Amino acid sequence: MSSPSSSPMAPPRSFLWSRRIFLTLLTGFVLIPVYVMVSSSLKPLADVTGKFRWLPSGLTVRPYIDIWSTVPLAKYFVNSLIVSVSATVCSVVVAVFAAYAVSRYDFRGKRVFTVTVLSTQMFPGILFLLPLFLLYVNIGNATGIALFGSRGGLILTYLTFSLPFSIWMLIGYLDSVPRDLDEAALVDGCGPLGALFRIVVPAAIPGIVAVAVYAFMTAWGEVLFASVMTNDTTRTLAVGLQGYSTLNDVYWNQIMAASLVVSVPVVAGFLLLQRYLVTGLTAGAVK
Amino acid sequence: MTTTTTAVQEPARVNSPGAAGGSGRRPGRIRRVGLPYLLLLPALLLELLVHLVPMVIGVVMSFKELTQFYIRDWGTAPWSGFDNYKVSVDFDAPVGKALLHSFFVTVGFTLLSVGLCWLIGTAAAVFMQDNFRGRGLLRALFLVPYALPVYAAVITWVFMFQHDNGLVNHVLHDQLHLTDKPSFWLIGDNSFWALLIVSVWKGWPFAFLIVMAGLQNIPRELYEAAALDGAGLWQQIRRITLPSLRPVNQVLILVLFLWTFNDFNTPYVLFGKSAPEAADLISVHIYQASFVTWNFGTGSAMSVLLLLFLLVVTGVYLVFTSRGRRTADV
Repeated sequence: MSSPSSSPMAPPRSFLWSRRIFLTLLTGFVLIPVYVMVSSSLKPLADVTGKFRWLPSGLTVRPYIDIWSTVPLAKYFVNSLIVSVSATVCSVVVAVFAAYAVSRYDFRGKRVFTVTVLSTQMFPGILFLLPLFLLYVNIGNATGIALFGSRGGLILTYLTFSLPFSIWMLIGYLDSVPRDLDEAALVDGCGPLGALFRIVVPAAIPGIVAVAVYAFMTAWGEVLFASVMTNDTTRTLAVGLQGYSTLNDVYWNQIMAASLVVSVPVVAGFLLLQRYLVTGLTAGAVK
Repeated sequence: MTTTTTAVQEPARVNSPGAAGGSGRRPGRIRRVGLPYLLLLPALLLELLVHLVPMVIGVVMSFKELTQFYIRDWGTAPWSGFDNYKVSVDFDAPVGKALLHSFFVTVGFTLLSVGLCWLIGTAAAVFMQDNFRGRGLLRALFLVPYALPVYAAVITWVFMFQHDNGLVNHVLHDQLHLTDKPSFWLIGDNSFWALLIVSVWKGWPFAFLIVMAGLQNIPRELYEAAALDGAGLWQQIRRITLPSLRPVNQVLILVLFLWTFNDFNTPYVLFGKSAPEAADLISVHIYQASFVTWNFGTGSAMSVLLLLFLLVVTGVYLVFTSRGRRTADV
C-alpha cells in the first residue's frame, strides 16, 4: 500500500475531522435508500400506502411470499440468469482471445481495431436499438433463426455491450503478465493457444474475474433493449419488476422485496469479488 | 468508416495461409501472421453485427420517410433526403424546439452529474487511502449503489420520491417543516434535481473505484520524499496525489461523460415512458420520438446528430487533454 500514513508525520487534526464528517455524510447518503429498501420489504401494505414510516408498525415476511405470485418472478429470474450467465461467459472468452492478440502480436490494423471497438462505447444505445431490432427480424425471416424476442438475441446483444470495455481492460492486464512466461511455454512446445490457456489465462485470473463481474452486471441491469426485445416468455427481471404496479394499487412492499431479491445475487457476488476488481483495474484500465 | 472496412477485410485475406500453416511443427512465421486475426475474428464479427451494421442501417434510415406504414418492410420506405434532419434542427418548429430543449437539459444534467460523481468519488478515495478501522467495511458499503441493478436502485428512489408516502416529503415536510406542502418530485421542475440525485447516488462509486485503483499506482517514495521535505498531508494530497491522478482522470471523466449523456435506464425507470420536461434527457426523448410517435426516420436522424455531437466532443476532449502528453492512446 502506498499511503501517506507511511510518512513519519501523523495526519493533522483538520484532515481527521474532514474525513470523519465527509465519510459520515456519505455513508448516510448511500445507506438511506438501502435502509428504505430493506425495511419497506418487511412492512405490511398499510405502512407503505400511508405516510412514510421510518419504523414498520409490524414486521412481516408476507411480501417475500407474495412476490412470486403477483408476477411470475421465478420465470423472469430464470430468464435473467440464463441470459446474463451466457452473455458473461461468451463475452469473457471473446475478450480474452481479442486481448491476447492485441497484447502479444504486432499486426496491421491493430490500432484501427482497438480504436473502432472502443469507440462503440460512445454510441448512444438508442441509435442502434431500432436498426438492431429490424436486423434481428430480417435475419429471422431470412434464415429462420429467431433472434428477436428470443433469449439468444438478448445474449448476443448484451455480450457486445460489455465487450469493448472488457477487451480494453484485459489488454492492459495481459500487458502486465510477463511475456517471458508464454515465450517459455512456446519454446517448450506449447502452441500459442496452449500458452494462452495454460500460462496466460491462469496468470490473468484477477483481470478476467473483474471483466466477468462487469459483463454480468451489464447484462443483469440492462433495461432499454430488454423492454423492446423480449416477449412474455423471455421477459427478464428488468422489465418484469414493473409488473407490481397495477392500475389500482402499487405494492411498494412487494416491489422493495422483489428488488432486494434480484439484487442479492449481484451485490453479493460483486462484494465478494471486488478485491479482484480493484486489482484488475489497477493493473489494467488505469495503468 | 473506411477504417472499419480495412480492419474487416484484412483477416479474410491473411487468414487462409494462417489456417494452412496451422498444423503442428511448422515454425511460427506464417502462423503468426494469421493467428492474431483469427483471435480477433469473434470480437470483430460480433461488433459488426450488433454495433457497426446497425449503425449504418441507422444512418440509412435517417434519410428515409420511415413511419409505421413502412416498418414491416423498411427497405420500401421512400427516400426523403435531409427532411428528417431539417425537421430535427428547425428550432422554431415544435419538434426541433423540443429537441434543443432536451439537448440543453441533458448537457446541464451531465455536467452536474459528472462533476459531482468525480468530486465525491475522488474525495472518498483520497480520504480512504490511509488505513483506519472499518475502512474495508466502508469500502464495500460504498460500492453497493454501483453493484445494485439499475432498476432495483432507481425503483427504490421512485418510492422515496412519492408525493404521499415517500421518505423525502416525510422528512422535508413532516419532520423538518421546510416546505409549506408536500412537493412533487417526479413531475414538474423538481424532477431535474430528483434525477440528478439518483444519478449521482448511482454513479459516484464508479469514480471512487477507478480513483482508488489509480491511487495504488502512485509510488510511495514520492510521499516519503515529500514528507522529508516537510510537506504536510494536505500538501501531499495537492502536490502528489491529485497530479498523479491526471491520466486516470482523463479516461474516467470521458467514460462518465459518455455514460451519463447516453443514460437511458435511470430516467426511464424513474419517470416511465414520458419524462417530465425539466428532466427530458435526450435518450428518452429520442426513444419517445421513435416509439411513441412511430416516426423512426426522424428518431434516427436525431440519433445520428447525437452521435456526431459526441464524436466531436470526444475528439476535442482527447486532443485537448492529451496535448503535451506522450500519447493520445487510451
